[in-house]
Amino acid sequence: MSSTAHAADHHADDHHHETFISKYVFSQDHKMIAKQFLVTGMFMATIGMLMSTLFRIQIAWPGEGFAIVNFFLGDKWAPEGIMDPNMYLALGTIHGTIMVFFLLTAGLSGTFANLLIPYQIGARDMASGFMNMLSYWLFALSSVIMIASLFVETGPASAGWTVYPPLSALPQAMPGSGLGMTLWLVSMTLFIASSMIGGLNYIVTIVNLRTKGMSMTRLPLSIWALLVTAILGLLSFPVLLSACLLLLFDRSFGTSFYLSDIFIAGEALDYNGGSPILFEHLFWFLGHPEVYIILLPALGLTSEIIATNSRKPIFGYKAMIGSILAIAFLSFIVWGHHMFLTGMDPFLGSVFTFTTLLIAIPSAVKVFNYLTTLYKANIQFTPAMMFSLGMVSTFISGGLTGIILADAALDITVHDTYFVVAHFHIVMGFSAVNAMFAGVYHWFPKMYGRMMNQKLGIIHFWATLVSGYGVFFPMHFLGLAGVPRRYYTNSEFPLFDTFIDMNVLMTVFAILAALAQFIFFFNFFYSMKRGPKAPQNPWRSNTLEWTTPVEHIHGNWPGDLPVVHRWPYDYSKPGKAEDFVPQIVPLEDGEVDGEH
Amino acid sequence: MAGEATKQLTTKELWAGKRSPFSISYGKMMMWFFLISDALTFTGFLSALAFMRVYFADVWPITENIFYHFPLVHHTELPLLYVAFMTFILIISSVTMVLAVEAGHRMDKNGVTKWLFLTVIGGAVFLGSQAWEWSTFIEGSHHGAYDMGDGTMGRILNVEGAFEYDGTTYEGTVVQLRNGEIASPELTADLKSNARIVHGANLVENEYGLPLYADFFFFITGFHGTHVLSGVIINFLILLRVRKGEFEKTGHYEMVEKVGLYWHFIDLVWVFVFTFFYLV
Repeated sequence: MSSTAHAADHHADDHHHETFISKYVFSQDHKMIAKQFLVTGMFMATIGMLMSTLFRIQIAWPGEGFAIVNFFLGDKWAPEGIMDPNMYLALGTIHGTIMVFFLLTAGLSGTFANLLIPYQIGARDMASGFMNMLSYWLFALSSVIMIASLFVETGPASAGWTVYPPLSALPQAMPGSGLGMTLWLVSMTLFIASSMIGGLNYIVTIVNLRTKGMSMTRLPLSIWALLVTAILGLLSFPVLLSACLLLLFDRSFGTSFYLSDIFIAGEALDYNGGSPILFEHLFWFLGHPEVYIILLPALGLTSEIIATNSRKPIFGYKAMIGSILAIAFLSFIVWGHHMFLTGMDPFLGSVFTFTTLLIAIPSAVKVFNYLTTLYKANIQFTPAMMFSLGMVSTFISGGLTGIILADAALDITVHDTYFVVAHFHIVMGFSAVNAMFAGVYHWFPKMYGRMMNQKLGIIHFWATLVSGYGVFFPMHFLGLAGVPRRYYTNSEFPLFDTFIDMNVLMTVFAILAALAQFIFFFNFFYSMKRGPKAPQNPWRSNTLEWTTPVEHIHGNWPGDLPVVHRWPYDYSKPGKAEDFVPQIVPLEDGEVDGEH
Repeated sequence: MAGEATKQLTTKELWAGKRSPFSISYGKMMMWFFLISDALTFTGFLSALAFMRVYFADVWPITENIFYHFPLVHHTELPLLYVAFMTFILIISSVTMVLAVEAGHRMDKNGVTKWLFLTVIGGAVFLGSQAWEWSTFIEGSHHGAYDMGDGTMGRILNVEGAFEYDGTTYEGTVVQLRNGEIASPELTADLKSNARIVHGANLVENEYGLPLYADFFFFITGFHGTHVLSGVIINFLILLRVRKGEFEKTGHYEMVEKVGLYWHFIDLVWVFVFTFFYLV
């Protein structure tokens, strides 16, 4: 292992011959691995998005046949274009799994941690290129298995992305609890291994391989966020692993960790002693930090982009770091708020309410710091900036409903309704997707050496923002009216007939949102080949990645590693000729570094 | 890096970049973080155990009544003595590992070989002991136990002839309840005609009480045992590399330190498993 460490230091000098396989497939170069994560994440997201479109069609027009539903699901799962109820549950499950884990965990962190960590801290590559490659390939393998599970005879896992037992633990419980569920567990186990290996690498690289002068208080906020995210993953994913292993034993070896006395079709099964609540505790101990594993990189990327495009130092740099750490810490002591209705002691419920509400404080610190950074700023309305502003918007509007859900008493009314769906799709899904688009638009020149089309980017932004809110904003009203989530159809309940028009509206917006992404795909792939060549520093940014050559080279910098002399947010500093001062520019006599 | 004097540097200098702030290689730091992560996996299992113990506090089996066997010793109950012996062996193997690492610092190839070899032996003895303990648990007691129907089991001490227990002589079937008392003749008769006899323990049944206890026993000690097994294999592979003189070529025995960290971790986890499964 130590030999790779030394090799990393000398990467710049060697020009050994590269084959197609070693360059594009089994690459150990962080830049290529970042692109692999991005493209795989985009591919998975397309599948997840298609699934949501299909089940939105079912929700809006229950019982009506659609050729397109039949086209994608076939005669077995959508005879005459009417979706089978089991397939509806399966689509919801896999949509959630793909979006939460494959797009917003591996796709987001995997792409930007790999791309930005070595670049922004001034390192030749990740600490271990081999483990980095391993991390990607485990992720790719788990993606393949997840997709394979869509094609098994009994259908994919259908117990919801949270795979609560007993549905997930008893193979005979429903069609999707069979082989589909087993493949889900296998896929997630590989996924956990991938994210742990990746996370170890990220942490160690940030701690050990910062270049000369790059102290912790000179790190860009994106790196701080990615560091804390990796630590969160390292502490919470193992607990999901424990939960999955126990579940696997319940499924395959007759143990009863999660199963108490159970009857299926009037027949008593041979289980006793366990408790499904145990799974919920273990799952949400991961599950809540997971929300911040998704959100912190999003916040980190937007901090970077907002500062650059506001041409102002980020407001409250140290407060931003503090709030990242506070959010990370609090995320481990709030998992109970997912379980208010599991017979939890009301006193314990109030404790979880309290800790959950505490998260509002660091979150508000971040929001106000964004707003004060934007205040009187010379804003550059690039697509990346627009998406970052979109992220601030969704973070606020989704965060406000979080305060309602955090309260045990209020949660009783709206739990398991569309209100919850609206909340997490806006605050976690939509925010993180906004940030991911922002990141792609911002760092595309660094990844591919070409510029994306700005006009298409702006159109893509508005189409996404409007149709995204169009889908999720009305959901709040549905939820407050008591419409339950995850139901195949609500048409059996005359009470909910009034909302059918709203569901149609939401589905139309969902289809528009899906179509809008093709603008992005076109822009992405077209610019990759035909976009104008990127200049050295297109956004006039301070961070180190823009000092590397546009054409990728091994080791990132020809010659010596850059030396860092200042923090990354010297934008519009008084007395400077330009409105930005890169981190490699030495301090002048009497010049003070950092936030003042 | 390892030999560098770190004391003279201020915190600010340590963290200023171009060096490891903890003055350790990335590989060793990765091992540390991996162990933290692995510790959380075990924490997940032990928390699950705690959750269930509290949930079933009234009927949870009493460990001293289960693990009282000792190899080659019959007719005497030695509660937890063998598992204490296993724990001792594992702790000793950690000591030999420390000595191997220390010998590595002195670049003493023969010293590393000797102590690492003893560590491998210690691990293997632990694994063998665990196999014996598992098989004893799976096999169960001589007569088995009655399923009392309330989650507890009635241990059958005797089936025919006279039997002396606690100063009293009984005749025929003698059943000991979870609280240690002997079942009344009426209850015994009722059990004989209605209750099911369970022999030994597996993932579905457990003659010593709740099946969940056996589930957790096999799962947690099994998961730990898998770690020990991998540790023994890794130690053995490193031992072969030591013999080949690979680390003399690289000039340091850091690899031995890294596997040493893993080995101490396994030892530490066992202390927790021992405490929470057997002692508490």
